[in-house]
Amino acid sequence: MFKIFKYSLYDMIRNRWLFYYMGFFLILTSALLILSNDFTQVLITLTNIILALTPLIGIIFGVIYYYNTKEFIELLLTQPVDRKAVFSGVYFGLAVSLSLSLASGVGIPLILFGVLNSSVLVNYIVLIVLSIVLSIVFSLFSFIISIKFDNKVKGFGIAICLWLFFALLYDGIFLIILMLFKAYPLDNLSIVLSMLNPIGLARVLIIIQLDISAMMGYSGAVIKNFFGSSLGSMLITLVLVLWITIPYYYMIRLSKAKDF
Amino acid sequence: MIEFTNLNKSFGKNHVLNNLDLEIRGNSITAVIGPNGSGKTTLIKSLLGLVIPDSGEIKLDGINILGKSKFRNQIAYLPQIARFPENLNGMELIDMIKNLRNSPANANELIQLFDFEKELYKKVGTLSGGNKQKLNLLLCLMFDNPLIILDEPSNGLDPIALINLKTYLKNLKLKGKTIVLTTHIMSFIEELVDNIIFLLNGKIYYNGSLEKLLQMENTNRLELAIANILLKSQNK
Repeated sequence: MFKIFKYSLYDMIRNRWLFYYMGFFLILTSALLILSNDFTQVLITLTNIILALTPLIGIIFGVIYYYNTKEFIELLLTQPVDRKAVFSGVYFGLAVSLSLSLASGVGIPLILFGVLNSSVLVNYIVLIVLSIVLSIVFSLFSFIISIKFDNKVKGFGIAICLWLFFALLYDGIFLIILMLFKAYPLDNLSIVLSMLNPIGLARVLIIIQLDISAMMGYSGAVIKNFFGSSLGSMLITLVLVLWITIPYYYMIRLSKAKDF
Repeated sequence: MIEFTNLNKSFGKNHVLNNLDLEIRGNSITAVIGPNGSGKTTLIKSLLGLVIPDSGEIKLDGINILGKSKFRNQIAYLPQIARFPENLNGMELIDMIKNLRNSPANANELIQLFDFEKELYKKVGTLSGGNKQKLNLLLCLMFDNPLIILDEPSNGLDPIALINLKTYLKNLKLKGKTIVLTTHIMSFIEELVDNIIFLLNGKIYYNGSLEKLLQMENTNRLELAIANILLKSQNK
């Protein structure tokens, strides 16, 4: 697997889109830090952009990458390497390079503008870690979609719909449910619902980290109470790990059953 | 020796391999022939593990190989359509496959045989169809493997390359290799092959020597024999 990972990473590093991606975050983060001296304000703006954008880039880039490397994958499958090694190797090549360009795009300006010595550094690290987790989750989704559908147009369509669902529609549905059942106690339901969306979960974690849940009234208090406790943070970590492991094993299973 | 037992494979409603039983003996050249869509490529791909059969068994020298991968370092495989990562050049590809296989390879002899030196450092995406096929053959034949599987090896080759390939394959057989190939070029079969397997609708219609097939169909040309069989099957 490591050899395949190496080739895949080498191939990705030669991909100019990855540099545009890194460049975008470099410019964005630097611009925000130049425009405002308040590191927390910058963090909130950055959070809003990153939480929407990293899943989108992860899933679209992943789909494009898979369809482009299909030939390479087919070539590898005729060699004495098992399918798990082939698909894991290629996938990790993608995930690691996406995460690296994201982390360096956001991280380098932070070092240059002196965030390292400020008290909010931990918050920034949480943001970067969460955006890496989202990149991993959504690029896994992209591999699942493209292994399942050989038709590129279909694959792209489904990838965009999935992103739309998690980034926008899910919150709407969440709200409608809360409105419809407002006569009932909804604490537990809202906790469960927020765990079923990785983007939402990342957002909740940032909110807790920034300690601004008081601004959200009663539900904010519920969230803070539950997720802010040690049991809550253990649960969030567990759920995030599940969001990575379940799609990963599903992807491997799909790849083992596929005809090439 | 390769043994297929009770092999079944469907793609949707299309039953491509139908309870197929087959034995291919070692140290021989076997051609799998049949009309388009008769299941030749599916049969070969299931031997390699690229296509996963719905049921049945495949054994290589008595060992079940379904779901395994290590056995592939015994096999050299030439895919029907040469598809490589486009932004690598031939040399990089050769090195990569060598590295993955981790076994000794002799690319130079084949590079000379196919007159490929000039194309070696061009990006694969810019190679012509025939040159891609030469590279495909190079990657497949550069290792010393006991079993060689060639899916349409003559695709897009010029006459000189084709003659060279035939000679090369004959020599491989003399060295004790087992070669299985599919082709639509009759002269290729007539010159090279010891054994013919004729696939029709996912079943084996004929398995035996060329001479017997010609005798059976009462003709002296393979082309006519095959056309006869196809016409008979259509009239049924």
